[in-house]
Amino acid sequence: MAAPQISQDVLLNRASLDLEKEQACFECRDFGLYYGNNQALRGIDMVIPEKRVTAFIGPSGCGKSTLLRCMNRMNDLIDIVRLEGEMLLHGKDINSKLVNVTELRRQVGMVFQKPNPFPKTVYENVAYGLRLQGVNKKRVLDERVEWALKGAALWDEVKNRLQDNALGLSGGQQQRLVIARAIAIEPEVILLDEPASALDPISTLKIEELIIQLKQNYTVVIVTHNMQQAARVSDYTAFLYLGELIEFGATDQLFTNPVQKQTEDYITGRYG
Amino acid sequence: MNAGAVAVSMIMVAGLLFLIAVRGLGHFWPKTVYEIEYDNGTNIVQIVGERVETEEVPKKRIVESGIRVDSDKDLIERSLIKVGIREVLGVDFMLTVAPNERSVRVPEDVIVLERTQWGNFYGYLTDVKEAGKTVDVADADLWGELERRLHRVTELRERIELIEKNRIGSINFQLEKLRLKRRGLELKGITDQGTYDLLSTEQDEYTGDYEVLKAELDELYRDITRDSITARVMTGDEVEIKLANVVKAYQPNAMTLAAKIVFYIKTFWGFISDDPREANTEGGIFPAIFGTVIMVLLMSIIVTPFGVVAAIYLREYARQGLVTRLVRISVNNLAGVPSIVYGVFGLGFFVYVVGGTIDELFYREALPSPTFGSGGVLWASLTLALLTVPVVIVATEEGLARIPRSVREGSLALGATKAETLWRTVLPMASPAMMTGLILAVARAAGEVAPLMLVGAVKLAPSLPVDMNAPFIHLERKFMHLGFHIYDVGFQSPNVEAARPLVYATALILVAVIVVLNLSAIYIRNHLREKYRSLEQH
Repeated sequence: MAAPQISQDVLLNRASLDLEKEQACFECRDFGLYYGNNQALRGIDMVIPEKRVTAFIGPSGCGKSTLLRCMNRMNDLIDIVRLEGEMLLHGKDINSKLVNVTELRRQVGMVFQKPNPFPKTVYENVAYGLRLQGVNKKRVLDERVEWALKGAALWDEVKNRLQDNALGLSGGQQQRLVIARAIAIEPEVILLDEPASALDPISTLKIEELIIQLKQNYTVVIVTHNMQQAARVSDYTAFLYLGELIEFGATDQLFTNPVQKQTEDYITGRYG
Repeated sequence: MNAGAVAVSMIMVAGLLFLIAVRGLGHFWPKTVYEIEYDNGTNIVQIVGERVETEEVPKKRIVESGIRVDSDKDLIERSLIKVGIREVLGVDFMLTVAPNERSVRVPEDVIVLERTQWGNFYGYLTDVKEAGKTVDVADADLWGELERRLHRVTELRERIELIEKNRIGSINFQLEKLRLKRRGLELKGITDQGTYDLLSTEQDEYTGDYEVLKAELDELYRDITRDSITARVMTGDEVEIKLANVVKAYQPNAMTLAAKIVFYIKTFWGFISDDPREANTEGGIFPAIFGTVIMVLLMSIIVTPFGVVAAIYLREYARQGLVTRLVRISVNNLAGVPSIVYGVFGLGFFVYVVGGTIDELFYREALPSPTFGSGGVLWASLTLALLTVPVVIVATEEGLARIPRSVREGSLALGATKAETLWRTVLPMASPAMMTGLILAVARAAGEVAPLMLVGAVKLAPSLPVDMNAPFIHLERKFMHLGFHIYDVGFQSPNVEAARPLVYATALILVAVIVVLNLSAIYIRNHLREKYRSLEQH
């Protein structure tokens, strides 16, 4: 299967990217994480720019998913996790006691590796987050559901099946449904944890196109195993290895002219 | 090996059910009545009755028991004949040995009466009487006359029952309430004469109503005792029987197959839908079926929330450690405690402590007679809920454990709190598992008897726990239960032998009730499973 085609102007626009000129969305300051006594992340210092797609790449177990899950505090669910350093969102520490974690997760949505729709109708899946916020008016819900499904490029395929069980959709449709579910509550950031790893190439292409569209309105952070994917969709790329941030920069720069030897070894396939 | 064991168990269960079904259901079939000329050693007598069972017995044993047998065979057929007319013979059954039966006839005109006392009657109709005077009808029409008059009596009896049970019952209920109200006022120390007068007027109204009904009732009783019949029994004596005492009359030997089938269905329906009579050995078992179902439903309503909440706490909220492990071990061990121990606990804690306290606080006016302070359907349900709660906890916990983490994370990532995630996503998905727990709980509770004997099941409950008197559901009332009914009829009744078929029939109904309850729960569960199929995908 040929590599999916991405429109040329996106690639051209990317050439002028410069991390220094971006506005910061997330900011990690000497951020570290322990699972019990195991240090999984150490000394991460990086700025994730607003309204851009940032990709985390690296070999399995390098901590990229862990770092992603820190951004909406999904790691709270694991008892043995301990944090150090700071993770700032718009300048505020998200791990501070003053932050309401459900509020944070409304701002920072997340899509997981495997599509995980609820065993409800397509409509109710998208309306789930809205209902949580107490939106119950049918007219408002209808509007927002349609808007979110359109935003996830799924509307045309499911507009006649809104009352069907979401589990009857194909894997790719389910993953876009989950993205629709995430954008329905209008977050600022969308975290994608290997969103295409369980999908076929055509579904993958659709998801990648969707990601590029999403950056107009959202800050997108994506974890991926697939370096071609990172190269295709992201503006900036971070390379993590063994829990450390090895290199972070504009995607074109990092892939064509890496500063670090380890990065070069990884992207040329010498390990990973 | 395994398949063999399963097959053997299946065959045993099916065989058991078959045995119960045959023995129990056969009871309602109209059996042939024989007239036997029998040589009992001293003289020839006539025996009229149903052959209940026949078995082969070694001749030696019969001879040793002092009966002369005219046969050379080693094995002699011995029959148990149900002869009824306890008031004449003093027994219900007679034993005969085949060689001594000089002749066996199946007389067409023999009649069987099912009576409200003295058991069945077998004999030959001779006269129909109205107010003591013989009615002049042709012999051929005698049976028709009896059926007509019996029909009238049955209608009268239904009217009497309606008045006694419903209308007078409800007046008594109201009068008792007024009495308690008065007593309550006295206890509160209210001396205002006006209030008492008000109560008295109300009381007088009800008493007036009662007098009217009483008069109506007296008239009905006069009417119902008008007719009687005379019939010749096997000893040759003529016996007079009031039709008021006859529930059913039929001529089994003259019935066609179709008539027998109709009779069978009617009798069986009567067994399911009627109240018991004569110390439970006759009539139906409706109150017991009703009591069992109500008790199980109430138990389900109580046990589900408790079990589910406990399971949610243990699985989702409690810190997994020594304490939760101890709690889990205790819960599992609770399932192994003998049920009678729960009965004792229910009696000591629910009935005496909780019930007694409720009486002290809210039903002072009724003391010293207890309201909630004695066994009742609520306490029985609570006791059984306690007995079955481990099953529900374990099943629900397993259900919760099977919900994939990805679904929970999906919900949390949308800004749901833990409670919202549980309520909106996890619990609905775990509901089939909860239903599984409930099915197991129902199966266990419906068959339990021992603890119920201590906390509210009785031989004969005067009224159902649900009736037309406000507040309609009377949780403090004692109730009848099929399991206890089996024990009572089978082992505590004055005539165990005659009641044996009823034991089988009741056992069959108990099994059927449990099966129906379980099937409906399984139906609901499958419906839920269909809805939340996703578990299999992950």
